[in-house]
Amino acid sequence: MFWQMLKGAMLRQKQRMLMVALTLALGVSLATAMLNVMLDVGDKVNQELKAYGANITVTPKNSSVLKDIYGLEGDTAHKEYLQEADLGKIKTIFWTNNIVAFAPSLESKIDIEGQKEAVPLVGTWFDYALQLPTGETIQTGEKYLKSWWSVDGQWVRDDDLQAVMLGKRLADTLGLKVGDKIEYRAPGAPQKETLTIKGIFSSGGQEEDGMFAPLAFVQKLNQLQGKIDKIEVSAITTPENDLAKKAATDPKSLSMKEYEVWYCTAYVGSIAFQIEEAIQNSIAKPVRQVAESEGRILEKTQMLMLLITALSLLSSALGISNLVSANIMERSKELGLLKALGATNLAVSVLILTEIFITGFFGGVFGYFIGLGFAQIIGHTVFDSSIAINLMVIPLDIVLMTLVILMGSLPAMRMLLSLRPAAVLHGR
Amino acid sequence: MSLLELKNVCMTYGKVKALQDINLVVEKGEWLALMGPSGSGKTTLMNIIGCMDKATSGSIILDERDLSNVSKNELTSFRRDKIGLVFQQFHLIPYLTAVENVMIAQYYHSMPDEAEALAALDRVGLKDRATHLPSQLSGGEQQRVCIARALINYPMLILADEPTGNLDEANEEIVMKIFHELHAEGHTILTVTHDMEVGKQAEKCIIIDHGRIAESKYNR
Ligand SMILES: Nc1ncnc2c1ncn2[C@@H]1O[C@H](COP(=O)(O)OP(=O)(O)OP(=O)(O)O)[C@@H](O)[C@H]1O
Ligand SMILES: [Mg+2]
Repeated sequence: MFWQMLKGAMLRQKQRMLMVALTLALGVSLATAMLNVMLDVGDKVNQELKAYGANITVTPKNSSVLKDIYGLEGDTAHKEYLQEADLGKIKTIFWTNNIVAFAPSLESKIDIEGQKEAVPLVGTWFDYALQLPTGETIQTGEKYLKSWWSVDGQWVRDDDLQAVMLGKRLADTLGLKVGDKIEYRAPGAPQKETLTIKGIFSSGGQEEDGMFAPLAFVQKLNQLQGKIDKIEVSAITTPENDLAKKAATDPKSLSMKEYEVWYCTAYVGSIAFQIEEAIQNSIAKPVRQVAESEGRILEKTQMLMLLITALSLLSSALGISNLVSANIMERSKELGLLKALGATNLAVSVLILTEIFITGFFGGVFGYFIGLGFAQIIGHTVFDSSIAINLMVIPLDIVLMTLVILMGSLPAMRMLLSLRPAAVLHGR
Repeated sequence: MSLLELKNVCMTYGKVKALQDINLVVEKGEWLALMGPSGSGKTTLMNIIGCMDKATSGSIILDERDLSNVSKNELTSFRRDKIGLVFQQFHLIPYLTAVENVMIAQYYHSMPDEAEALAALDRVGLKDRATHLPSQLSGGEQQRVCIARALINYPMLILADEPTGNLDEANEEIVMKIFHELHAEGHTILTVTHDMEVGKQAEKCIIIDHGRIAESKYNR
């Protein structure tokens, strides 16, 4: 009987029910899209933001003490170095998967023919195949770390010891272009040697005033085989919170439990701490502004999406409330009759709610699949990649949809409860 | 003990005094006709007796229960169990067939029973129209479905507010014939009517005017 009434009522008002379903489908589709994007986008936004560069720098312990205390660059005799051989250890820490890229560097100067002043020269990895202690091989280097550099020509090959990349400003000052050669004299060397300019880069930073060469070349030039003086690391991090701040001021102030939580969360501080543990005699420091802004932009993006989700659900609740109220008004005679025949308020409400929920179910399923489509569109237009479908979204959608339907039905339910059979049945 | 007893029942809607000091006794098996001019309070009185409205003051005792101090939910279950309602405008559910419209009353009362519902339709001469929708039935047929629905739960009191008000003479006759049969079977019936001819067919006529009982007379 119940189902017969449902069927009859629903078929009779197909159009209105279709509107309810579509209204709900719209809300659910947006929620589905936003939730899917939100749950998948953490990594995507970070990959986008990685363009902002390294968020942790690792330097030798003593030199950073000297720098910090005396503001000195430390004279060369006492200069401390890190070991190039230790670099692979960065990928052995707990948060190894959060390390997106890293590159070592060794700073020096080089005398170029025709220039009075020595030119800054940085030795680094460009696109280096690094064998890890685990036996795995990964590609890392400046190419991954400084993905926003625009390079005219090519990145230098790490094994090409006669090639360099020039910063745009330096190239302009010297009037050099890609393919030109520079002559230089190594300290104490008897004759000049030649380097080829493979690429000219613009970075927007002060490194444009210098040149970059493979690490091995700079090490050889300075007789510093196997040494480096800095590592830049780009890591995906969790936004800082109070615990992270507490740890940053004094790690010893943490309780055992707090320490454990902190250590096992991808704060920039805990990742830096673990790098420090892995590489002997090193100090790893978060480059805070960048790391924080990454987390914050991610948070803001997610807030925005939550807001859109909430608003779209709210508007579909409003839409539904209009439709359902109109429906109840139209059917007041029929519903009043049911009450007159002895239907309790509960029985009538259950009947109406079931109608709406069944309609809502179809709308929701439809909306879910449309939403998956939206998510892919957003993924491709905004993040240039597809969005993984997260099954978690389904129960979330169900909960949200239920809330929307209940909220939307509230005014109609109130009308329904106050409906007096005596009033409607005698045509007043 | 009488089936229904009203004592000093008053009903006011804001300033409108729809009923004033109504005293009325209905015995089991009686057929009463409420008559009076438009706006005199007939429907108001029916609503109060039918447990669809509560009187402003006075006491209504139906089947030994005082209705003046029961909750809304109790009124609903009282109406469901004791009253059969027939309306002037029929009030059938448009998307249910004749038999389903009868079964609705069973559903909210206890359990739908199609055989019994069909028997009730047979009782009003509509067995062969059981699967028709209200839109496929004439006014008189619709009203007979309403009567079948009012009878289905064996009410102790049948209330009919202008049951023939929307019917032509031929249909009026058929419906009145059914009321006569019901009366003969011992049902207690209260009908409201404008029509003297219809009123006369009842056992007793109660004339209401301006919310008061003006006259109460036996027809034979
Ligand atoms: N809900 C209400 N609110 C205000 N006044 C009402 C209400 N219901 C009825 N009345 C008034 O109470 C009086 C009696 O109305 P009622 O419907 O009982 O008359 P009636 O005898 O059934 O008339 P009719 O023969 O036209 O059906 C009328 O004056 C009417 O305007
Ligand atoms: Mg009336």
